[in-house]
Amino acid sequence: MSADLPNHMIIAPILIPMVAGAIMLFYNDRDRQTKLVMGLVAAGLTFLAASELLADAKALTDQGAPVVTLYRLGDWPVPIGIVLVLDRLSAMMVMLSALLAAPALIYAAAGWHGKGQHFHSMFQFLLAGVNGSFLTGDLFNLFVFFEVMLAASYGIMLHGSGAERIRAGLHYIAINLAASLFFLIGVALVYGTTGTLNMADIARRLADLDEAQRLLFHAAAGFLGVAFLTKAAAWPLCFWLPPAYGAASPPAAAIMAIMTKVGLYVILRMSLLVLGPEAGPSSGFGAAVLMICGLLTMSFGAVGILATPQLVRKGGYLAIISSGTVLTAIGFVQAGGGADLLGGALYYLIASTAAISAFFLIAEPVSRDDETAEQSPDQPRLEPASERWEWTPMGLDTVDDTALPASSRTVSWLTMAICFALISAMLAGLPPLPGFIGKFAMLRGMIDTNIGLSGALPTMLWIYAALLILSGLAALIALIRFGLRRFWAEAGPSPRILALEVVPVLLLLGMILLLTVRADAVLSYARETAQSLLSPAVYREGVLAHAARVDAAPPQNHAPYEPPAEEEP
Amino acid sequence: MELVLALAIGVLTGSGVWLLMRPRSYQLIIGLCLLAYGVNLFIFSMGRLYVGAAPIMPKGGFVDPTAYADPLPQALVLTAIVISFATTALFLVVMIAARGTSGTDHVDGKEREQ
Repeated sequence: MSADLPNHMIIAPILIPMVAGAIMLFYNDRDRQTKLVMGLVAAGLTFLAASELLADAKALTDQGAPVVTLYRLGDWPVPIGIVLVLDRLSAMMVMLSALLAAPALIYAAAGWHGKGQHFHSMFQFLLAGVNGSFLTGDLFNLFVFFEVMLAASYGIMLHGSGAERIRAGLHYIAINLAASLFFLIGVALVYGTTGTLNMADIARRLADLDEAQRLLFHAAAGFLGVAFLTKAAAWPLCFWLPPAYGAASPPAAAIMAIMTKVGLYVILRMSLLVLGPEAGPSSGFGAAVLMICGLLTMSFGAVGILATPQLVRKGGYLAIISSGTVLTAIGFVQAGGGADLLGGALYYLIASTAAISAFFLIAEPVSRDDETAEQSPDQPRLEPASERWEWTPMGLDTVDDTALPASSRTVSWLTMAICFALISAMLAGLPPLPGFIGKFAMLRGMIDTNIGLSGALPTMLWIYAALLILSGLAALIALIRFGLRRFWAEAGPSPRILALEVVPVLLLLGMILLLTVRADAVLSYARETAQSLLSPAVYREGVLAHAARVDAAPPQNHAPYEPPAEEEP
Repeated sequence: MELVLALAIGVLTGSGVWLLMRPRSYQLIIGLCLLAYGVNLFIFSMGRLYVGAAPIMPKGGFVDPTAYADPLPQALVLTAIVISFATTALFLVVMIAARGTSGTDHVDGKEREQ
């Protein structure tokens, strides 16, 4: 790739879903099979683009070349115009979202996409927003992509309608609108103090701020933090998540599993790039908050998963535990916890997101036709939920297995049981699955680099280590208790489960299996990503180096508060 | 002028937050609107306050930037207004649907037990 030619591949993960979603709008909404095929093709193309980007980012770092690739939208000079930035972290996250798309789409084909309007379009717009958030290098552009993602998620969360979904959706939208306003306040303050919205440029200008402006900038970081922590579902901003994800239809919840990770991604990016090791007096700002919030989030998730009787809500708490785990790791790394810990956390993030997505897909079929649960005293069912499970899939007449002998039903039921056990083991962190590998890598990185430290940090690290194991144990108890009651203590006939509902779960499990077998490769990629994140100068200079070439352009009014004498040509 | 703007932002945001905490969905949506207005004015003020200055520089040649208002916050506000308008409209639809399914305008879908 020549340096002068823009790498147009970078924008592909945003354009492909956006165009696919838009084209779908021209088709009649009842033509769902066409839309499904288009959606799958778009997901496939996004996957190809993502793997190309991943290979690019990896190859560039391996050669020792600059690790960031820029794409200037509108071809404006760098600190002025909006840029898309590809580095190892964003390539990895785009890949993750591309991988989660196809299973959710296939699952939706079993009938859920027929329950409301424009499922496939909204799904693609959601992906465009998610990928845009991962790729953008501009704070306000991030806000716009966030809103694209959120607007699509409002629609997709309400997909299927019903009283409970609308009530949960009302709360979900209200919370996110308020969080977006926090985001805007933070963006405005950042612009007011640094005079730029380019993330790399913010990091550069932070050094020039005087005391009063730095205070305001810290306030901005706090506002942005509230917005992103709400999105990442950190305690005490996480109470919206279990009801919202529990009420969403399974394919919607499966793709929404990536959305908490968008919040985590931005926190990781901003806290290490802007408030990271080279930020002078601002270095480590907010690290303590991230740590304490993260630890409390993990505890809250662990208690919640044991307390809630509904399987889908357990999925919500699993997402909270996973968020808390990564959040705490980010806090530690920002305070100087080392690249190995972050590498493990990134690996855990990929694996747990895939597993949570699979969990949301499997939670509905295994809870279906739950007659026994109603008699069981400690499995009280809420009214709207039981109504929801009564809807049998419809739309595509793919597999109608009422006519089939009972044995074939048993086969799919058994497959589901095995999948459920595997996903539970993965989420609980049992060896040899990636949940265990990720947690082990984090524990090892934590102990290796921080053994000689003194002060409050080692105590926090011990609490973290304990919570890592305890939250896994809580997940294990909660899921195995459900599994025993559902799969072993069941006398009645097995419920109908379509092949289209088994296949996506198997796909995601295959991905988890691949993460296990190729753990070494993924983990070393994650470690190198962590190392590049810990030297923010590389990213900063990578983005701003391209700015040097356009110095011949007329001087721009970056900062309105600068005296005019300096601006004279 | 600073005082007027600061008071306006403060009153809008304060009323917005108060209404956001209320139990009726109508209060909620008005609260969100007021909050959005307050935030938009705040973004505007972050480009510093100018009186009677055009936001766009004339074509060709470089001019004294202090004679012009910062155009960027104005672009940001425009985007923010459009986005908050669209999401509020969406929220309104959900609110009406919630009123239809639950028969009450309480945000939890049921009146609190007295």
